[in-house]
Amino acid sequence: MEKRVVFQSKWLPYALLAPQIVVTVIFFFWPAAQAVYYSFLVQDAFGTSSQFVWFQNFTELFHDGRYVESFKVTVLFSTLVAVSGLAISLLLATAADRVVRGAMAYKTLLIWPYAVAPAIAGVLWAFLFAPSIGIVTYLLKKMGIDWNWIINSEQAMLLVVIAAVWKQISYNFLFFLAGLQSIPRALMEAAAIDGASPTRRFWTIVFPLLSPTTFFLLVVNIVYAFFDTFGVIDATTQGGPAASTQILVYKVYHDGVKAADLGSSSAQSVILMLIVITLTVVQFRFVEKKVQY
Amino acid sequence: MIRKALLAALSLAAATAVQAQTEIQFWHSMGGALGDKVGELATKFNATQNQYKVVATYKGSYSESMTAAIAAYRAGNAPHILQVFEVGTATMMAAKGAIIPVAKVMKDADEPFDPKVYLPTVAGYYTDTKGNMLSFPFNSSTVVFYVNKDAFKKAGLDPNKAPKTWKEFLAAADKLKAAGQSCVYTSGWPSWMHVENFSAWHNVPIGTKENGMASLDSEFQINSPLHVRHVAMLGDMAKKGLFTYAGRGNQAEAKFGSGECAMLTSSSGAQANIKRNAKFEWSVNFIPYHDDVKGAPQNSIIGGASLWTMGGKTNNAYKGVAKFFAYLSRPEVQMDWHTSTGYVPITQAAYEMTRKSGYYDKNPGADIAVKQLTNKPPTSNSKGLRFGNFVQGREAIEEEMEGVFSGKKDAKAAMDEAVKRGNEILRKFEAANKG
Repeated sequence: MEKRVVFQSKWLPYALLAPQIVVTVIFFFWPAAQAVYYSFLVQDAFGTSSQFVWFQNFTELFHDGRYVESFKVTVLFSTLVAVSGLAISLLLATAADRVVRGAMAYKTLLIWPYAVAPAIAGVLWAFLFAPSIGIVTYLLKKMGIDWNWIINSEQAMLLVVIAAVWKQISYNFLFFLAGLQSIPRALMEAAAIDGASPTRRFWTIVFPLLSPTTFFLLVVNIVYAFFDTFGVIDATTQGGPAASTQILVYKVYHDGVKAADLGSSSAQSVILMLIVITLTVVQFRFVEKKVQY
Repeated sequence: MIRKALLAALSLAAATAVQAQTEIQFWHSMGGALGDKVGELATKFNATQNQYKVVATYKGSYSESMTAAIAAYRAGNAPHILQVFEVGTATMMAAKGAIIPVAKVMKDADEPFDPKVYLPTVAGYYTDTKGNMLSFPFNSSTVVFYVNKDAFKKAGLDPNKAPKTWKEFLAAADKLKAAGQSCVYTSGWPSWMHVENFSAWHNVPIGTKENGMASLDSEFQINSPLHVRHVAMLGDMAKKGLFTYAGRGNQAEAKFGSGECAMLTSSSGAQANIKRNAKFEWSVNFIPYHDDVKGAPQNSIIGGASLWTMGGKTNNAYKGVAKFFAYLSRPEVQMDWHTSTGYVPITQAAYEMTRKSGYYDKNPGADIAVKQLTNKPPTSNSKGLRFGNFVQGREAIEEEMEGVFSGKKDAKAAMDEAVKRGNEILRKFEAANKG
């Protein structure tokens, strides 16, 4: 028996798809096409004068030390967010997997941060760590640490990483927990009877069996760090000090919206578009095939 | 029956009369109490006549409302009046067709308009080289020097003698530090204070071509020995714990108001908040100067925002805009705005009126900003500045200064780099606006 639904009518499937396609065209393809078009132009803020300059915006970008710097910042930031995010949530998931009493309460609490909007998360952390009034700053000062991320770029990076990771831990936690629970108990018990220590059991059984989940989460976390952390950065450091937390997405916004340099901003968003396309291909090629849910 | 018809006709007539009022959209960036004050200005203006209705709308921060207006202009429904911060001046000016100079708006509407009644440092900032006023100065402030008198007393300094020169300033700073003051000095708006106003105050150029006011092909000159020496001094103070950097905006003001920092240079507009929060005696003073520089102190320059008239509207609406600007220039309106917000009065008449009312006697320090702005007749170095895309330019300068404050960069290298980066931004702006 044919499993697929076969439409008798010729136009019905198109009609059913139409709303989705219209939405996609208006909100995705059209702006994307405009970005590509603008990336070849140099124009003033109000668009009263504009010139077609071919690839000048792109060549200028790659000759611009600060754009290259922003690339480096983005790589550093995403690596920190992805690695520490995954490590912490794996630790929490293994811990939660063992808890017997009150497991539900722990799990619920760990999932909560995911419901917080990135901008709110940013504001919360910015308040805690505010250089003059933050409560954490106060405690750090008592410990003799001079905490001022307004001038110290390492501290600023640490702050945005903490805020971004905290936000993403719940998501990672959920997937890791599901992954852990799908590992057959028999395997673990057999290993335990053979005398394998909990650490050894983790590294030789749990970790390899979790690897598809880990790889999937790695891609998701990189995408998250690249594109979804805008709110966190805007609410805390706004890219500073001295552009040390200015990731690519933030630079697109900054140059286009704040500095009204549409040509360069569009060229940057075209480059980001290419990065997204690459990441999507990687995800489809490798992840979708290998992850077992 | 007849009465009913009459009533209906009357109410209809009233309705059309209301509709005949021309609405004038006014987008601004004055939040909180300032926003209420702007709303009050519009309401009071509307009550003075019945042809026009100014609708004041808060559109977010300066850069947000400017972006919103740019988008609206591109979509063909820009507001009539837009409030733009001073660093956006060159961008607005270059957008020919998108804006109409205030001088032309006033002339076309036959509103009496004399640019000379405005304070020269205020009007000059928004006037082109031919003497045409381009935008209407609305909220202007300048940097002033705040001193915590209690902290001075504690350190054995004379609380009624604020340091006049940077030399005296350093001596006072050392004493404050020795007396256990944890934060000696902090400053808001680093570029505005320590580069832009610093240059005007010492009568040295910020850039060529009259600080960019004469033409688009100007270049920054902020790596002069004097500039480098000043930034190096700040870097040195930061190293010794005499200067605490607090960010590029007004964050420093809270550090002074809470008593954490003993000295502050920041906007004159901070007075209202300091008055409310400070639990100590404080004073407002002229910003310090280097006494070995000839001609210093000159005059300081303004910050804040002005009102731009957007293009593409009806002549009738522009008449309304002109009437609104004329209303805003009235001395009593200016005095009310000045005394309730802390922004400087934009006309000489309003300043005189406020002085005669005894306001400055009751609020010592409130006139320091005006006195400092009018200290001497402005020169081509001190009447203002106009650099293309100065939003980015100021950021480049501030990034380099932050490098010095954090001890990562030497002052000379930082200012050279600031000039180089600034000039790249200027050339790009020139290229985008030549067409």
